[in-house]
Amino acid sequence: MTEPGEIDGLPALPGPRERMRGFIAHLRLNGFTLGPSETALALDIVGRLERPAPEGVRAALKVALCGCREDWERFDDLFPAYWFGEGVKRATVLRGENTSTPKRARPALWDKVLPPEERAGRPIGAAAQAAGSSDAEEDAGGTSAPHRIAADSRDSLFKTDLREIAAKEDIAEAERVAERLAKAMRYRLSRRRKPSARGRSLDLRRTIRRNIAHGGEPVDLLRRTRPDRPVRVVVLLDVSGSMKLYSRYFLLFVRGLLSRWMRADAYLFHTRLVRVTEALTDKDPFRALAKLSLMVEGFGGGTRIAGALADFNARYAREAIDSRTVVVILSDGYDTEAPEDLARELRRLRTRARRIVWLNPLLGWKDYEPVARGMAAALPHIDHFAAANSLQALADLEPELAAI
Amino acid sequence: MRDYRELQAELAQTGYIAEDSLVMALTLATEIHRPLLLEGEAGVGKTDIARALAKLLGTRLIRLQCYEGLDANATLYEWNYQRQLLAIRAREASEGADSAESLEKHIFSEDYLLRRPLLEAISQLEPPVLLIDEIDRADEEFEAFLLELLADYQVTVPELGTMEAVSIPHVVLTSNGTRALSDALRRRCLYSWVDYPDAEKERAILAARMPEIDGELARRIVGFVQQLRREDLEKVPGIAETLDWATALVGLKVEKLEDNLDLLQASLICLLKTEADQRAIVPEVTQRLLGKVA
Repeated sequence: MTEPGEIDGLPALPGPRERMRGFIAHLRLNGFTLGPSETALALDIVGRLERPAPEGVRAALKVALCGCREDWERFDDLFPAYWFGEGVKRATVLRGENTSTPKRARPALWDKVLPPEERAGRPIGAAAQAAGSSDAEEDAGGTSAPHRIAADSRDSLFKTDLREIAAKEDIAEAERVAERLAKAMRYRLSRRRKPSARGRSLDLRRTIRRNIAHGGEPVDLLRRTRPDRPVRVVVLLDVSGSMKLYSRYFLLFVRGLLSRWMRADAYLFHTRLVRVTEALTDKDPFRALAKLSLMVEGFGGGTRIAGALADFNARYAREAIDSRTVVVILSDGYDTEAPEDLARELRRLRTRARRIVWLNPLLGWKDYEPVARGMAAALPHIDHFAAANSLQALADLEPELAAI
Repeated sequence: MRDYRELQAELAQTGYIAEDSLVMALTLATEIHRPLLLEGEAGVGKTDIARALAKLLGTRLIRLQCYEGLDANATLYEWNYQRQLLAIRAREASEGADSAESLEKHIFSEDYLLRRPLLEAISQLEPPVLLIDEIDRADEEFEAFLLELLADYQVTVPELGTMEAVSIPHVVLTSNGTRALSDALRRRCLYSWVDYPDAEKERAILAARMPEIDGELARRIVGFVQQLRREDLEKVPGIAETLDWATALVGLKVEKLEDNLDLLQASLICLLKTEADQRAIVPEVTQRLLGKVA
């Protein structure tokens, strides 16, 4: 392949290699996992095509560069956007490794939750957003500040309604609770066994094999044991107006659940459902929250729990849920849809998941009865219905989940 | 590299009607010797692709069905322990036995080796098609092991030494998405998402598989199934279900779908595979769907 840019005396034009590198970078910005070896592969493939018409090139690169269904579905838009300059905006902010400040920062959802002093301490990107939100200031001053009480002792902190705590050490405490929970849920036994030095049962096949050297006499005994298998948690969080004070907290809790032996998947819903696992795994908790708030933008109107669950069942459930998965739903159960729909979707979810836990912050309030029609319809399909309005309530979940 | 449209035409002759992108994936996979990862709903014909490819290339199809707990031994090789033990006893019984060394050499020779699909696939003279079906059912450890094998196509049997691939097989992996696959595996493979066929493709498939079916009936059958897929079902009918249903209708001597509605309703068991779905598609819904097809 000749590079036009290499001719003497002419301004360097980007050659095909450069263009391809640019295309790979364009895809990477849109969330594809690609590296230099893929650039080489793509060039190799295009070089092999006999009559490289755009259609053929598109089809070939699609096969070579996509890695999953999401990539596959977006490739047909991204390809012409780069090669023919047809307008599809880069979705860099959503996946965003780069920390460039968005120009038109809108009030972030979490700004209304975080107290002002904490907002000031955040990294540049998030702080710039906070600066752009003038109405958030009033809002925060109007609702959450007067409720904020000093957490003198651990005990009082534990019992405080989550709406009213937001200090850094409390967040750390929430993460510690989450870790304890994760440990409690650590293992799930499996019926299939794997070889092990100290197992309970004999592994006959391997024993015979090992002892062929002894003429078939069973001298060395090999054993099998049940393998440890990680539990998975899928969390569906309601971020509608009535819930967001709790949701923010719970997100931190979910972040704490993520670990080596515990896989967690998180989804936010309001009127739509969004998968937020990637944003959650960001190392900086505040940047993670900033990303999440961008994702929630554009949500509006009432809560569609049943619709969100239907979305989840249709699109994500099969991959996200296996027989060792606990589904945790955090919602107050105020649904704008028919209760039968909610019951149907929960029943569907129930056939896949190990357990469904529904956390309802209102349950922690005095005199609360689950009379909301949606909540009443949901109850028969839930394994565990609990409050989630304080750290204590979260810690109380431990035995419930450890029993899985 | 061959034009993918040639391959498409040849595939059509073997009875497999494939989308452009899928044919491109097959062309590339055979050209640059990369494994091909196919994902899609159950019943869109992922497994059949490997079968069609093997038929087209005139080569063997070696299939490895994955399941939870599958380990490297079960997929590579196993020694025939019973025969080995017999051989040892037989030697002991016969007077003036050979030295232990020659005995060992004897019982660990290829005569006693049981080849499992993966070893079988890399020891063929003609490159076979290796189908690794439902890789998402296998454990992550197995996925890692497979990755290693697919990278250098050689296997080490401790007693025999390293066995290199005689020829590089055409590898097709399928996944139903019951578990997220590792990025490493995805990067190693070419990828294709296989969707339900559109009406035109599905008609072509039906015509290829059941040449005797009446054209108008085939059109209505496909139209009905396409409408049914848009309903809110737990298990959406795949191509295999369409073919089953068509066979059933031909067997029942149905000439027009709306002629005998009771019979039609009863025959829907070919398409609806869960109790909830059967309850959801009541005769009124069936009639509504029929109305859309006409």
